[in-house]
Amino acid sequence: MENRALNLLDEALGLDYQTDPWPLRGKVVLIEDCVETSGCFVLHQLLKRTLSSQSPNNTVIFLAFSHPLSHYDRILRKLGCNLVAQRENGRFFFFDMLKLLCPDEKEGKTGKGGFTALYWKIQNTICALPENNKNHATIMIDDMSLMEVAAHGSSDHVLDFMHYCHTLTSELGCSLIILNHEDIYTSMERPTFMLQTKYLVDVLIKAEPLATGLAADVHGQLTVLNRDFCNVKGSSKNKISNFHFKVKENSVEYFYPGTRT
Amino acid sequence: MAATKTRISSFSRNISAVSAPQLPGIKCGPNGTFFVSSGIPDLDKILGGGFPLGGLVMIMEDAEAPHHMLLLRNFMSQGLVQNQPLLYASPAKDPRGFLGTLPCPSSKDDKSRNHYTEQEKGLRIAWQYKKYFSENQRNIDDHKDSNQEFCNDFDLRKPLEKHFYSGQRVDCVSIKDSPNPATLHDRCATFLAQFPRNDGSFSCMGRIAIQSLCAPQCELSKMDWDMLSFIRSLKSMLRSANAVAIITFPSSLLSPSFCKRWQHMADVLLSVKAIPDEDKELGKLLTGYQDMVGFLNVHKIARINTQVPMILEATTFSIKLQKRRFLVLECLNQAPIDGSSGTSYGTSGGCSGSSRSGALDF
Repeated sequence: MENRALNLLDEALGLDYQTDPWPLRGKVVLIEDCVETSGCFVLHQLLKRTLSSQSPNNTVIFLAFSHPLSHYDRILRKLGCNLVAQRENGRFFFFDMLKLLCPDEKEGKTGKGGFTALYWKIQNTICALPENNKNHATIMIDDMSLMEVAAHGSSDHVLDFMHYCHTLTSELGCSLIILNHEDIYTSMERPTFMLQTKYLVDVLIKAEPLATGLAADVHGQLTVLNRDFCNVKGSSKNKISNFHFKVKENSVEYFYPGTRT
Repeated sequence: MAATKTRISSFSRNISAVSAPQLPGIKCGPNGTFFVSSGIPDLDKILGGGFPLGGLVMIMEDAEAPHHMLLLRNFMSQGLVQNQPLLYASPAKDPRGFLGTLPCPSSKDDKSRNHYTEQEKGLRIAWQYKKYFSENQRNIDDHKDSNQEFCNDFDLRKPLEKHFYSGQRVDCVSIKDSPNPATLHDRCATFLAQFPRNDGSFSCMGRIAIQSLCAPQCELSKMDWDMLSFIRSLKSMLRSANAVAIITFPSSLLSPSFCKRWQHMADVLLSVKAIPDEDKELGKLLTGYQDMVGFLNVHKIARINTQVPMILEATTFSIKLQKRRFLVLECLNQAPIDGSSGTSYGTSGGCSGSSRSGALDF
């Protein structure tokens, strides 16, 4: 299973070198999409890769703000990954945040209570992991803009939460994978929230529609910016890759523009 | 390999074995989802079956024309005809008055007459596409036979009989004077509590129609974040209920960034646009221009339980009133270019830049 041909996304993320530490370890990944093209599938792919990778120590903590578990379970099952079984194995933790609202918004401490509690919950979950798995946890957030809504618009609280999670990446070597919608911020004059998020990010994945409009066999294009990308020789540099994709039920096809017959 | 190409999968789904919904008006969809009719047969077909049960449909209004009301009326009527409870919220003072304008399902012979003219017209206009057309026609026939109860044709000139909406099933809320969305939220919550979703069994389903949420005449329009959390919480309640909700909103009144946030919330996102009167260039370009009342754009199709987007051949459809009675949606047909007049694509294409750039995709 694991030896199948790697796709362009894996390559761009550096997942092709099966080095012992998980390549995304300690990194922050941001997936950006827009109304026309959803980037959810990247999250699903990464979720699957993380859970089914060769290192059995990987654990995922999933903060779902947009869909219930049944939605992800159905999708991941088609990708060949059983979330319910993984949850029973203690490798997948699903936090249903659909109804999370900040409880003490009236006292002017908007969001603080909800998110602080959430952070402690995450930290406790990671601390409770067996020793081998502690350094291989991945936190996934779907999606960030709904987190802002839950915080009633005080993006500072969301940013605080992010920074706390970021300390986990540097301290414990966790990775953080975030989905957000880029088009919300493009019309703002100073999208502080967006800029601050991007500052923390190591890998940026951007899903966009094709400039030429809708097509049945190309669903959009991905741009992957990998800062601090280490290749085999050990030299590091920024790496940008750009390719098209087509989403299917059980896989995603990636290809360079114009290489599809 | 070739064999797998022709046969999509050896595991063919036995629809009859899957718990078939007993309720009329609910149809099995892919990935364990269910469809509910929008009240417009053409729209159901465009969306691949209808509105998803448990989904949130959002319609961006045209600030200058009430075309969203056409969609809203058919949606509400369809539910009432099928005995489904309805919650209707609007910024009007007396929302119940709106129920008097709902269309009535057309009777049988009306429908066949309508059907006949459709066929005749098809032969007249699209003679060069006859082979596609006959195929289409057959599909429509199938559709009409098998789903008689799923979706009705509505006659916009006949008002719905009173007994359909006089009972307890219709709940009306005016959002004109409510200081915050909490009241509306509570009404929605109590309404949705009647339809808990436990897999496989459908005892009842409900519809929520919210008209012009965030309209300037109600105070809600100033509370951006409150509105967003209302929509978010409505969406999460819908996911665990046997209901479908439709919200229309004036998108031009929201700030661009909030408008995008609203759009991201929707499972199904549509927009309507009016046609300016006497746009001669456009009239030249499109066949059947004189019957059109507006355009419908499909921006987003529900993706529940799946990651695969549904790609439509066209995203812009013309809204027509056939014989001033029936609402039909059609793909835009480009008129054959008249060689003698000397207008080329380049010049006639200018029309899309006039008032609705990018609204037309060919």
